[in-house]
Amino acid sequence: MGDGVNGARPALAGVRILDFSSLLAGPISPLFLGMLGAEVIKVESRVRLEGMRRPPYAYDDPEQSPVYNSLNLNKLCVQLNLKEPAALELALRLVSVSDAVVENMRPGVMDRMGLGYDRLRQANPTIVMISGSSAGRHGPESSYPGYANVFNSLSGLGHLTGYPDAPPSELRDSIDARVGATSAFAVLTGLFHRRRTGEGGFIDLSASEALAMFGGEALMEYAMNGRVQHRRGNREPGMAPHGCYRCQGDDTWVTIAVENDTEWRALCRAVGREDWASDPRFADRLLRCRNQDALDEFLEGWTAKHTPEEAVRILQDAGVAAAPSMSSQDLAEDPHLRYRGVWQEIEHPVLGAQTVQAAPWKLSETPPTIRSAGPLIGQHNHHVFVELLGAPPEDVARWQEAGVIN
Amino acid sequence: MVSAPFSGITVLERAGFIAGPYCAKLLGDLGARVVKIEPPGAGDPARGFGPFPGDVPDRDQSGLFLFLGTNKRSITLDPARPAGRELFYRLVATADVLVEDSCPGTAEPFGLDYPTLRQVNPGLVYVSITPYGQDGPRSQWKAHHINTFHVAGEGYTMPGGIGYSMFPDRAPITAGAHVGEYDAGLAAASATVAALFAREIWGHGQHVDVSKQEATMAVNRLTLGLYHGVGQLNNRSRNYEYGGIYACKDGYVNVYPREDHQWRALVEVMGRPELAEQERFLTRGDRIEHGDEANQVIREWTAALTKDEIYHRLASNSCPASPFATSEDLFESPQLEARGFFTDVEHPKAGTLRYPSQPYQFSSCPRPADRPAPLLGQHNEEILCGELELSPEELTGLRRGGVI
Repeated sequence: MGDGVNGARPALAGVRILDFSSLLAGPISPLFLGMLGAEVIKVESRVRLEGMRRPPYAYDDPEQSPVYNSLNLNKLCVQLNLKEPAALELALRLVSVSDAVVENMRPGVMDRMGLGYDRLRQANPTIVMISGSSAGRHGPESSYPGYANVFNSLSGLGHLTGYPDAPPSELRDSIDARVGATSAFAVLTGLFHRRRTGEGGFIDLSASEALAMFGGEALMEYAMNGRVQHRRGNREPGMAPHGCYRCQGDDTWVTIAVENDTEWRALCRAVGREDWASDPRFADRLLRCRNQDALDEFLEGWTAKHTPEEAVRILQDAGVAAAPSMSSQDLAEDPHLRYRGVWQEIEHPVLGAQTVQAAPWKLSETPPTIRSAGPLIGQHNHHVFVELLGAPPEDVARWQEAGVIN
Repeated sequence: MVSAPFSGITVLERAGFIAGPYCAKLLGDLGARVVKIEPPGAGDPARGFGPFPGDVPDRDQSGLFLFLGTNKRSITLDPARPAGRELFYRLVATADVLVEDSCPGTAEPFGLDYPTLRQVNPGLVYVSITPYGQDGPRSQWKAHHINTFHVAGEGYTMPGGIGYSMFPDRAPITAGAHVGEYDAGLAAASATVAALFAREIWGHGQHVDVSKQEATMAVNRLTLGLYHGVGQLNNRSRNYEYGGIYACKDGYVNVYPREDHQWRALVEVMGRPELAEQERFLTRGDRIEHGDEANQVIREWTAALTKDEIYHRLASNSCPASPFATSEDLFESPQLEARGFFTDVEHPKAGTLRYPSQPYQFSSCPRPADRPAPLLGQHNEEILCGELELSPEELTGLRRGGVI
């Protein structure tokens, strides 16, 4: 189990990532790489605070942001005011000792600061650099501003999500994180390629395209039949019952999915309504789909008399797929996730003990680890500039005074 | 210098529907050699899912399968039967990765579990993708996408905003297009590459355990972090301030003028610059306080315009806005066209169709040409005779015995 023990053999042993990203879509990619054992150095500045260090995510001061902590575990943090030439010079020296660079500023911003890929490649010919942006680096819409809700709608996922008779719905922060998860895969791929060939390279990631991939089947439908798929709430073609049903209690729900006649008959027996199984409206899959409104009403009559836990137990025992619709609190208290080691404790110097979420995968021989809390601003200035780059401590003090390290 | 990142890597895929196949597709589209091992007879359930050309079911032409099957070869093989197992071991012996999605505990009796296959090939990266992971009290639960999506924290909060205010008594919903399955496939692909990287360093393979629940929870990290960090518990009635979804002439748009400069850009584009000076709309706080009025102003303006008009006028002036794009809009997007996001793939039965390709472009290696999704068992002879050196008679024998 991923129990937070320091893996003697990290998957990304010896890999160093330089992280210029902020907020959510950017930082989650180096977060995942850090859990795999890479050393991640995050570059920040007090001149413009990382978004997650600001309200509404931070309360009182920039060091008191639980979500910044959660998104930047294991990272080191240095301060650099990149508008200062000396800071730029230090950034390039960091590039020269790194394996990959991650950034998610608007296209062109890194270039204007003197940190574009061509410049980075001069500092380190084998660097892997990924730039994540709303619509990619090129094309007529590349300069348009992007947030999660923009990618959600541009990707087509928004249109496909919601009640069929209501406007489209929003997936929110998960959208940014899906872009970050895609970035992690792309950087890992770049690092693997580099490890085998000695070649670095530039990766241009489009957030809206990253999400459009999730809607592949709807795109294929248009490609083959010229037909636009529409949102369908909780329904699934060819499956009935298939939905989320009200349970006993306040705002509690159970999801149920029945794939075939065997499962349908098992459900009817389990809920004590074998008469449903012989009801001609529900005789086969096609008929159940056609009469799904009536079916759902019947089934909800049963679920409403049970808690989600009871309903799930009865249905799973009968071999029917069912699960509660779980809130953040349900997940925090869930015995299965506790068994799996999903929630881990880490001590943060300002926030105290924090419960944070483990990596989304387990690797038996190179277990992902949470080794340290999210850094304080500039917490590792000395470690990185003096011990790693070999700068004299007096220089570091001077840079601090001059606002280079700020 | 032009070698794809995973050239020379062999991936065996013994998985169905979306999550496992998407993991292998991501690797195959970047150069891995993927051999899909399908159950003799019906093959991967995705073949039966559709959509189908002209709505005529054909297991070689399911749109979902065509999308997920690019750059793979297919053999039909039942490794649970002794003759099939022996061939499977021979494939495993020279493979780098196995992606599998069997229910925990069911592979062992057939000698298909990790401890057994590690004996066959110590360098093997054995990737298991299951609804709830390899262990724990829920590991044996049956699940479909709707179930795993709703045990990840986000389903419970959806839909927020307009959907909830229109239908507060309705159930929470599931994200469209099987999003959670893709979460799991993508997470598994990352873990696979990490394990391949580790093998370069440490010289051994390993067992990768991906839970669909945890993969989708991973992208809800912010929401879950806010609960643990500050006790914020989201549900469908969550307040969305002003801005968001508005109806327009031909659909819906997003408009999000959060910051002052974005609000100014909006009202200038609208031709009502005076709205930036009014006290009720002066700061973000003022606009939140007068959210209904701010929404009303935006709604009246969007109603008379198209998605595209609103999108380009606002976004080109740095006011965040976007159309709720349909599949048709994506295929007609000049941005996606300029990026080359769609690519033509020619398939022997489905013909040439435009497929979504990849969301990332690697400067070091141009995208390899796509091989179409395989017909069921299309490569039995090529792989079993060509690579495992079975004789044509042996192949016929296996076919007759239902092993392939």
